[in-house]
Amino acid sequence: MWIYEKKLQYPVRVSTCNPTLAKYLVEQYGGADGELSAALRYLNQRYSIPDKVIGLLTDIGTEEFAHLEMIATMIYKLTKDATPEMMKAAGLGDHYAIHDNALYYANSSGVPWTASYIQAKGDPIADLYEDIAAEEKARATYQWIINLSDDPDLNDGLRFLREREIIHSQRFREAVEILKDEQGKKIFF
Amino acid sequence: MKQIPPEYYQIMEQLQTVDFVLVELTLYLDTHPDDLEAIKQFNHYAKERKTIKKAFESQFGPLLQFGNSYSGHPWNWNEPPWPWQV
Amino acid sequence: MFTLYKTWHPIASPFDPCKPILEKTFSTPPNLYIGFQPPNLPQFSPQEALRAGTLWKAFYDPYFNPFEKAKGGLPR
Repeated sequence: MWIYEKKLQYPVRVSTCNPTLAKYLVEQYGGADGELSAALRYLNQRYSIPDKVIGLLTDIGTEEFAHLEMIATMIYKLTKDATPEMMKAAGLGDHYAIHDNALYYANSSGVPWTASYIQAKGDPIADLYEDIAAEEKARATYQWIINLSDDPDLNDGLRFLREREIIHSQRFREAVEILKDEQGKKIFF
Repeated sequence: MKQIPPEYYQIMEQLQTVDFVLVELTLYLDTHPDDLEAIKQFNHYAKERKTIKKAFESQFGPLLQFGNSYSGHPWNWNEPPWPWQV
Repeated sequence: MFTLYKTWHPIASPFDPCKPILEKTFSTPPNLYIGFQPPNLPQFSPQEALRAGTLWKAFYDPYFNPFEKAKGGLPR
């Protein structure tokens, strides 16, 4: 069961009116390595994973919906006051023609989200390694979007989201260790 | 369109701060179930959040749906502002 | 101790059409090095933790684009 809380996980601020950034941000909204993929991937894998790891997949999957909401907020703030002219100039003319300024689950090239972006092999090690890879890919994508943006407030939010990917990756790596059943031999550096 | 007073942002950020510690500890405890200190810290902040939630909701209405927060009269769950609007 | 970034130097050919980028950098975040997180790692204060995106200082790895380099981040 899900309960929605009327609050963002982190305060999102966008200080520059630059709808072009929305075009890039949408990659983390409906793209292959984005937050929707992450949420659906983990919440789906949790049905077939060993008990010891279900809590982690449920919790990270739920947190990813909170991140999806943050990305949506960034896109919303950048596009809600954009005229058709501004949308065209931002490279969002095609999007506008279909959606007006509504959000949509597609990547930055306009390709709609697909379940092909996620997998559930039923093999816990395969699933967890996919999850680690997904977190590293998301981390990298945030780096590229930060590189494209000169809005310091937006980048502050993106840096938060990138750091969350690092932590999620860490937890999935720990989950692998738990399943390897090397508990007594936990290696601390 | 109503104005959002500065207190909204202040109390909201206090809640976001405590909730973030709780999220971090939740993920940590999912892989470190025996860490007693972490559990104590978690329960401490779980308690603290109740106070902040109450303070926020008394001014700005329910944060959680389906009865996890009380309602005012008239029904105020679906009143703006929504998180992406503030 | 580990570093958060590594650099490498791609080969530049005399026939390359564009001005070559001679040094490339990639991120090697803390989760590569820490192993199973040990208990009692130093924490940020709750306010710092929210801004940092993590409760534990060891995992803090702020990423700035080249134009932002000078702009800071939390003390470690």
